[in-house]
Amino acid sequence: MTPKRRRLWLLIGSLGTLGVAAALVLSALNDNLVFFYSPTQVAEKSLGPDRRFRLGGLVEAGSVQKDGQVVRFTVTDTNKTIAVVYRGILPDLFREGQGVIAEGALGSDGVFAAREVLAKHDENYMPPEVAKAIKEAGQWKEDKK
Amino acid sequence: MADLHFLANPARFRRFSQRVLPGLGFATVLMLAFGLYMAFFVAPVDYQQGQTVRIMFLHVPSAWLSMGGYALLAGLGASLLVWRHPLAALMARAAAPVGASFAAVCLLTGSLWGRPMWGTYWVWDARLTSMLLLFFLYLGHIALSRAYDEPERGDRSAAILALVGVINLPIIKFSVDWWNTLHQPASVTRLDAPAIHNSILIPLIWMAVSLLFLFIFLVLVRTETEIDRRRLENAAVQEEEAAA
Repeated sequence: MTPKRRRLWLLIGSLGTLGVAAALVLSALNDNLVFFYSPTQVAEKSLGPDRRFRLGGLVEAGSVQKDGQVVRFTVTDTNKTIAVVYRGILPDLFREGQGVIAEGALGSDGVFAAREVLAKHDENYMPPEVAKAIKEAGQWKEDKK
Repeated sequence: MADLHFLANPARFRRFSQRVLPGLGFATVLMLAFGLYMAFFVAPVDYQQGQTVRIMFLHVPSAWLSMGGYALLAGLGASLLVWRHPLAALMARAAAPVGASFAAVCLLTGSLWGRPMWGTYWVWDARLTSMLLLFFLYLGHIALSRAYDEPERGDRSAAILALVGVINLPIIKFSVDWWNTLHQPASVTRLDAPAIHNSILIPLIWMAVSLLFLFIFLVLVRTETEIDRRRLENAAVQEEEAAA
């Protein structure tokens, strides 16, 4: 084996080992790497009051109620829902049917009291006319469900 | 690729780059000018983001190029450590600050987009954190390659860092699929059709190609400079030795 060949195999071996190590670490940390929990996960983990976490899902259509600065809405993952109450300014993209991430804790009444609300943007980009045309054709993603 | 082997010799590389650079620079300026015109005036607004979508024309190509630039650093690191190509170390020194700049542009523009769209400049989700790590890997590469009195030792340490850090590239790419993140999943580089309408996708791809030209141009110019610098340093060392 020439020195070049030996160095090449050494390099491939090291990178392979490093890759396996990284994969193991990441899968072990999986729970801490997720940015938010869906309502279903919240129910499974039975996250009680006083435990701060991020709740993520879609704002349920027709659930938003504004009363001055206080906003009430429901977050859904189409399986389970959680009611959220928030006091403050909402981001531009916040709207019904849109992804949202709220940080806070569940109250004793089961309502999630959010300290911060972030809007999640999806991966679709299109001009308004196209969005309108798709909606009119009944092909919009929410309509299809 | 075997035909590119002749470029491993610094003197031949220099002759090659000096032939290519004027045309490449001219093409870069023209393409960037037209790309920016499309990005600001031709591309439509997005149905949800409005004008803010225009940030993407700089943000997304910068992200691609910073990741591609790091893959280049790793490739150069391998060719230095395994095949001892004399040019690889010099080109890595040239490429690292360029890649770091694109990573910084990606982080800054993303932050400016995040404030109005998400409602925050920054969150520690898997995508943003791994991208910040990429920026720090670049800074580490730049610092490490200059950390020794003998430049060759710096070159080799930095090459090892570049190869170790390459693990981060798939993590950045797939972070949005493996874990739930605030950052949206891939719109262009995915298996099914892009989730971007053509009127926005075409300016995006055009900008990506223009910035790739800019990236190549900058790396070639800077590699020439590094070749000259290494020559001058070697000459100075030889003079000192002769005088002693």
